[in-house]
Amino acid sequence: MIFFWAFVVGGIICVIGQILMDVFKLTPAHTLTTFVVFGAILDGLGLYEPLIDFAGAGATVPITSFGNSLVHGAMAEAEEHGLIGVVTGMFEVTSSGISAAIIFGVIGALLFKPKG
Amino acid sequence: MAKEKNQRKSPDETQYQAIQQEKEIKRPIIQNCIKAFFVGGLICLIGQVITTFYIYFFDFTEQTAGNPTVATIIFITMLLTGFGLYDKIGQFSGAGSAVPVTGFGNSVISSAIEHRTEGFILGVGANMFKLAGPVIVYGVFAAFVIAIIKTILMKWMGL
Repeated sequence: MIFFWAFVVGGIICVIGQILMDVFKLTPAHTLTTFVVFGAILDGLGLYEPLIDFAGAGATVPITSFGNSLVHGAMAEAEEHGLIGVVTGMFEVTSSGISAAIIFGVIGALLFKPKG
Repeated sequence: MAKEKNQRKSPDETQYQAIQQEKEIKRPIIQNCIKAFFVGGLICLIGQVITTFYIYFFDFTEQTAGNPTVATIIFITMLLTGFGLYDKIGQFSGAGSAVPVTGFGNSVISSAIEHRTEGFILGVGANMFKLAGPVIVYGVFAAFVIAIIKTILMKWMGL
Protein backbone atom coordinates (compact mmCIF):
# COMPACT_ATOMS: atom_id res chain seq x y z
CA MET A 1 0.00 0.00 0.00
CA ILE A 2 2.87 2.35 0.79
CA PHE A 3 3.93 2.02 -2.85
CA PHE A 4 0.58 3.36 -4.01
CA TRP A 5 0.69 6.34 -1.63
CA ALA A 6 4.31 7.07 -2.53
CA PHE A 7 3.23 7.30 -6.16
CA VAL A 8 0.17 9.46 -5.48
CA VAL A 9 1.74 11.86 -2.96
CA GLY A 10 4.91 12.24 -5.02
CA GLY A 11 2.81 12.86 -8.11
CA ILE A 12 0.69 15.48 -6.37
CA ILE A 13 3.77 17.36 -5.13
CA CYS A 14 5.08 17.41 -8.71
CA VAL A 15 1.73 18.69 -10.00
CA ILE A 16 1.90 21.56 -7.50
CA GLY A 17 5.36 22.31 -8.89
CA GLN A 18 4.02 22.21 -12.45
CA ILE A 19 1.23 24.62 -11.52
CA LEU A 20 3.73 27.02 -9.92
CA MET A 21 5.78 26.90 -13.13
CA ASP A 22 2.91 27.15 -15.63
CA VAL A 23 0.27 29.27 -13.94
CA PHE A 24 2.46 31.55 -11.83
CA LYS A 25 5.28 31.56 -14.43
CA LEU A 26 8.05 30.82 -11.92
CA THR A 27 11.41 29.58 -13.16
CA PRO A 28 12.39 26.05 -12.02
CA ALA A 29 14.93 27.59 -9.63
CA HIS A 30 12.22 29.72 -8.00
CA THR A 31 9.90 26.73 -7.80
CA LEU A 32 12.51 24.53 -6.13
CA THR A 33 13.47 27.27 -3.68
CA THR A 34 9.81 27.77 -2.77
CA PHE A 35 9.47 24.03 -2.21
CA VAL A 36 12.48 23.79 0.07
CA VAL A 37 11.30 26.72 2.19
CA PHE A 38 7.82 25.23 2.27
CA GLY A 39 9.20 21.86 3.39
CA ALA A 40 11.12 23.59 6.17
CA ILE A 41 7.98 25.40 7.32
CA LEU A 42 5.95 22.17 7.27
CA ASP A 43 8.54 20.45 9.44
CA GLY A 44 8.61 23.45 11.77
CA LEU A 45 4.89 22.91 12.28
CA GLY A 46 5.51 19.20 12.81
CA LEU A 47 3.52 18.14 9.75
CA TYR A 48 6.22 16.61 7.59
CA GLU A 49 7.02 13.58 9.71
CA PRO A 50 3.46 12.22 9.60
CA LEU A 51 3.59 12.66 5.81
CA ILE A 52 6.76 10.53 5.62
CA ASP A 53 5.10 7.85 7.75
CA PHE A 54 2.11 7.95 5.43
CA ALA A 55 3.77 8.19 2.00
CA GLY A 56 7.36 7.00 2.49
CA ALA A 57 9.44 7.94 -0.54
CA GLY A 58 6.54 10.04 -1.84
CA ALA A 59 7.57 12.53 0.83
CA THR A 60 11.32 11.89 1.08
CA VAL A 61 12.16 12.00 -2.63
CA PRO A 62 10.69 15.42 -3.59
CA ILE A 63 12.95 18.37 -2.79
CA THR A 64 10.63 19.48 0.05
CA SER A 65 12.26 16.78 2.18
CA PHE A 66 15.50 18.73 1.93
CA GLY A 67 13.97 21.60 3.92
CA ASN A 68 12.46 19.06 6.27
CA SER A 69 15.75 17.35 7.06
CA LEU A 70 17.57 20.68 7.49
CA VAL A 71 15.10 21.69 10.21
CA HIS A 72 15.21 18.18 11.63
CA GLY A 73 18.99 18.17 12.04
CA ALA A 74 18.95 21.66 13.52
CA MET A 75 16.22 20.78 16.01
CA ALA A 76 17.82 17.50 17.11
CA GLU A 77 21.04 19.31 17.98
CA ALA A 78 19.18 22.30 19.46
CA GLU A 79 17.51 20.05 21.99
CA GLU A 80 20.95 19.12 23.32
CA HIS A 81 22.92 22.33 23.01
CA GLY A 82 20.35 25.11 22.76
CA LEU A 83 20.64 27.86 20.14
CA ILE A 84 24.22 26.95 19.15
CA GLY A 85 22.91 23.54 18.13
CA VAL A 86 20.78 25.16 15.44
CA VAL A 87 23.95 26.07 13.53
CA THR A 88 26.03 22.99 14.32
CA GLY A 89 23.29 20.46 13.60
CA MET A 90 21.95 22.01 10.40
CA PHE A 91 23.50 19.51 7.96
CA GLU A 92 23.41 16.51 10.26
CA VAL A 93 20.56 14.76 8.45
CA THR A 94 20.89 16.32 5.00
CA SER A 95 24.53 15.48 4.49
CA SER A 96 23.81 12.46 2.26
CA GLY A 97 21.97 14.44 -0.42
CA ILE A 98 24.55 17.19 -0.70
CA SER A 99 27.60 14.96 -0.43
CA ALA A 100 26.11 12.55 -2.98
CA ALA A 101 25.45 15.47 -5.34
CA ILE A 102 29.03 16.75 -4.99
CA ILE A 103 30.69 13.33 -5.23
CA PHE A 104 28.67 12.15 -8.21
CA GLY A 105 28.98 15.59 -9.80
CA VAL A 106 32.76 15.32 -9.82
CA ILE A 107 32.67 11.69 -10.94
CA GLY A 108 30.22 12.63 -13.67
CA ALA A 109 32.48 15.44 -14.83
CA LEU A 110 35.38 12.98 -14.97
CA LEU A 111 33.46 10.33 -16.86
CA PHE A 112 31.29 12.24 -19.30
CA LYS A 113 31.91 14.85 -21.93
CA PRO A 114 29.44 17.71 -22.47
CA LYS A 115 26.94 17.07 -25.28
CA GLY A 116 25.80 19.48 -27.95
CA MET B 1 8.68 52.18 -12.31
CA ALA B 2 6.77 49.96 -14.70
CA LYS B 3 4.69 52.94 -15.81
CA GLU B 4 7.77 54.97 -16.70
CA LYS B 5 9.10 52.06 -18.68
CA ASN B 6 5.86 51.88 -20.65
CA GLN B 7 5.91 55.57 -21.50
CA ARG B 8 9.35 55.36 -22.97
CA LYS B 9 8.37 52.65 -25.43
CA SER B 10 8.16 53.53 -29.10
CA PRO B 11 4.98 52.66 -31.03
CA ASP B 12 6.91 49.91 -32.79
CA GLU B 13 7.78 48.41 -29.49
CA THR B 14 4.20 48.35 -28.22
CA GLN B 15 3.08 46.85 -31.49
CA TYR B 16 5.77 44.21 -31.22
CA GLN B 17 4.67 43.35 -27.71
CA ALA B 18 1.05 43.00 -28.79
CA ILE B 19 2.06 40.60 -31.55
CA GLN B 20 4.35 38.73 -29.19
CA GLN B 21 1.58 38.28 -26.67
CA GLU B 22 -0.80 37.11 -29.36
CA LYS B 23 1.64 34.59 -30.81
CA GLU B 24 2.82 33.27 -27.47
CA ILE B 25 2.24 29.54 -27.30
CA LYS B 26 -0.42 28.72 -24.73
CA ARG B 27 0.94 26.24 -22.27
CA PRO B 28 -1.18 23.09 -22.10
CA ILE B 29 -1.47 23.23 -18.33
CA ILE B 30 -3.72 20.20 -17.76
CA GLN B 31 -1.65 17.99 -20.03
CA ASN B 32 1.57 19.16 -18.35
CA CYS B 33 0.11 18.44 -14.94
CA ILE B 34 -0.86 14.90 -15.91
CA LYS B 35 2.64 14.25 -17.29
CA ALA B 36 4.21 15.74 -14.17
CA PHE B 37 1.97 13.60 -11.98
CA PHE B 38 2.91 10.33 -13.64
CA VAL B 39 6.62 10.97 -14.05
CA GLY B 40 6.93 12.44 -10.54
CA GLY B 41 4.89 9.61 -9.10
CA LEU B 42 7.00 7.06 -10.92
CA ILE B 43 10.24 8.55 -9.60
CA CYS B 44 8.83 8.44 -6.06
CA LEU B 45 7.69 4.86 -6.64
CA ILE B 46 11.23 3.89 -7.67
CA GLY B 47 12.41 5.72 -4.55
CA GLN B 48 10.00 3.67 -2.47
CA VAL B 49 11.34 0.44 -3.95
CA ILE B 50 14.89 1.54 -3.05
CA THR B 51 13.72 2.59 0.45
CA THR B 52 12.09 -0.79 1.03
CA PHE B 53 15.30 -2.45 -0.12
CA TYR B 54 17.32 -0.48 2.44
CA ILE B 55 14.82 -1.17 5.22
CA TYR B 56 14.89 -4.92 4.68
CA PHE B 57 18.55 -5.53 3.88
CA PHE B 58 20.44 -2.80 5.75
CA ASP B 59 18.31 -2.27 8.88
CA PHE B 60 17.27 1.30 8.25
CA THR B 61 13.98 2.60 9.64
CA GLU B 62 11.21 4.31 7.70
CA GLN B 63 12.51 7.71 8.85
CA THR B 64 16.23 7.15 8.24
CA ALA B 65 15.98 5.20 4.98
CA GLY B 66 15.36 8.48 3.16
CA ASN B 67 19.07 9.35 3.23
CA PRO B 68 20.58 6.36 1.42
CA THR B 69 17.61 6.46 -0.96
CA VAL B 70 18.42 10.05 -1.92
CA ALA B 71 22.08 9.16 -2.47
CA THR B 72 21.15 6.17 -4.65
CA ILE B 73 18.71 8.22 -6.69
CA ILE B 74 21.34 10.91 -7.27
CA PHE B 75 23.71 8.19 -8.47
CA ILE B 76 21.13 6.98 -10.98
CA THR B 77 20.60 10.60 -12.01
CA MET B 78 24.32 10.94 -12.70
CA LEU B 79 24.18 8.07 -15.17
CA LEU B 80 21.03 9.39 -16.85
CA THR B 81 22.45 12.92 -17.05
CA GLY B 82 25.78 11.71 -18.37
CA PHE B 83 24.18 9.73 -21.17
CA GLY B 84 21.94 12.68 -22.04
CA LEU B 85 18.70 10.90 -21.18
CA TYR B 86 17.67 13.17 -18.33
CA ASP B 87 17.21 16.17 -20.61
CA LYS B 88 14.73 14.20 -22.66
CA ILE B 89 12.77 13.12 -19.59
CA GLY B 90 12.87 16.71 -18.37
CA GLN B 91 11.48 18.09 -21.62
CA PHE B 92 8.64 15.60 -21.49
CA SER B 93 7.67 15.90 -17.87
CA GLY B 94 8.52 19.43 -16.72
CA ALA B 95 8.15 19.64 -12.97
CA GLY B 96 7.71 15.87 -12.73
CA SER B 97 11.46 15.40 -13.01
CA ALA B 98 12.50 18.77 -11.56
CA VAL B 99 10.80 18.59 -8.17
CA PRO B 100 12.14 15.21 -6.97
CA VAL B 101 15.73 15.08 -5.71
CA THR B 102 16.69 13.88 -9.19
CA GLY B 103 16.14 17.45 -10.42
CA PHE B 104 18.50 18.77 -7.77
CA GLY B 105 21.07 16.10 -8.66
CA ASN B 106 20.66 16.77 -12.35
CA SER B 107 21.24 20.51 -11.96
CA VAL B 108 24.46 19.88 -10.00
CA ILE B 109 25.79 17.15 -12.27
CA SER B 110 24.87 18.79 -15.56
CA SER B 111 26.59 22.05 -14.54
CA ALA B 112 29.63 20.03 -13.50
CA ILE B 113 29.79 18.25 -16.85
CA GLU B 114 29.00 21.37 -18.84
CA HIS B 115 31.81 23.44 -17.34
CA ARG B 116 34.50 20.80 -17.40
CA THR B 117 36.12 22.42 -20.45
CA GLU B 118 36.93 25.44 -18.25
CA GLY B 119 39.06 23.26 -16.00
CA PHE B 120 38.36 21.32 -12.86
CA ILE B 121 38.87 24.07 -10.30
CA LEU B 122 37.35 27.13 -11.94
CA GLY B 123 35.00 25.20 -14.21
CA VAL B 124 33.62 22.17 -12.38
CA GLY B 125 34.29 23.34 -8.84
CA ALA B 126 33.07 26.89 -9.23
CA ASN B 127 30.00 26.23 -11.35
CA MET B 128 28.68 23.05 -9.80
CA PHE B 129 26.17 24.78 -7.55
CA LYS B 130 25.27 27.55 -9.96
CA LEU B 131 21.71 26.25 -10.35
CA ALA B 132 21.33 24.29 -7.12
CA GLY B 133 22.89 27.01 -4.98
CA PRO B 134 19.69 29.01 -4.32
CA VAL B 135 17.97 25.84 -3.10
CA ILE B 136 20.67 25.22 -0.51
CA VAL B 137 21.05 28.88 0.47
CA TYR B 138 17.38 29.56 1.13
CA GLY B 139 16.74 26.09 2.50
CA VAL B 140 19.44 26.60 5.10
CA PHE B 141 18.36 30.12 5.90
CA ALA B 142 14.70 29.18 6.26
CA ALA B 143 15.62 26.17 8.37
CA PHE B 144 17.79 28.42 10.55
CA VAL B 145 14.98 30.92 11.18
CA ILE B 146 12.41 28.19 11.82
CA ALA B 147 14.68 26.21 14.14
CA ILE B 148 15.58 29.37 16.11
CA ILE B 149 11.91 30.28 16.56
CA LYS B 150 11.02 26.73 17.54
CA THR B 151 13.90 26.44 19.99
CA ILE B 152 13.00 29.72 21.66
CA LEU B 153 9.36 28.70 21.91
CA MET B 154 10.27 25.32 23.36
CA LYS B 155 13.04 26.33 25.74
CA TRP B 156 11.81 29.61 27.15
CA MET B 157 8.10 29.66 26.63
CA GLY B 158 7.72 26.06 27.68
CA LEU B 159 5.57 24.96 24.76
